[in-house]
Amino acid sequence: MVLAAGFFAGSIAYRRRTARRIDRVELYAEDGSMASLASGSPEAERLLALARVLLSLAR
Amino acid sequence: MDAAQALADLTEISSQVVQAVILEQDGAPLATTIGEPTLLSRFVSGVERLLEEADAQARTRGLGGTLSQLEATTLEGSVFVVRNDSRRLIAATTRPDPTVGLVLYDLKRCLACLDEAPPAGEGENDVEPPAPLVSHPGGRAPAAQRKVDSSA
Repeated sequence: MVLAAGFFAGSIAYRRRTARRIDRVELYAEDGSMASLASGSPEAERLLALARVLLSLAR
Repeated sequence: MDAAQALADLTEISSQVVQAVILEQDGAPLATTIGEPTLLSRFVSGVERLLEEADAQARTRGLGGTLSQLEATTLEGSVFVVRNDSRRLIAATTRPDPTVGLVLYDLKRCLACLDEAPPAGEGENDVEPPAPLVSHPGGRAPAAQRKVDSSA
């Protein structure tokens, strides 16, 4: 039982950590410059929230 | 090329694209894979909000010129927006973990197909017209043919 609970908690922690690594926004300008916004910053989270809405609509 | 045909070609070529919409500069949809009007309206509004926010971020971060591409990656999938010189844009959602370079290439190609259909008598100095895909009888080219064409 304890083992199962530990595995479950671990999988959640792993998933959250992975999600943090994966979620990101990249912006590219006409002149070739770009900016990468990593998950966790308020700016990135605003854009990611909007992107998630689009993904949910597109299912 | 007709926008609907360009979008049909895109979704045929790129299996990673789930939904896509081509918008005019004023936000009017030119073509879409979303059949339900209410859903389309919400999707277009969402794209516009995403672009407004992204434009603001680009300005804040001092990116040069207008924002031309955006990629938002999440565990659930990715959202891509590509805008070209004529200010048309294409927005697409993909399944998780897409091949980013390929998706961006296909989206740019799709927009280019619209722009590179010159009126008669124009376009002599343009780059060669896009290789696609549309002149095949029945509207669908064999996969091998498409591959050869798109790499030309």
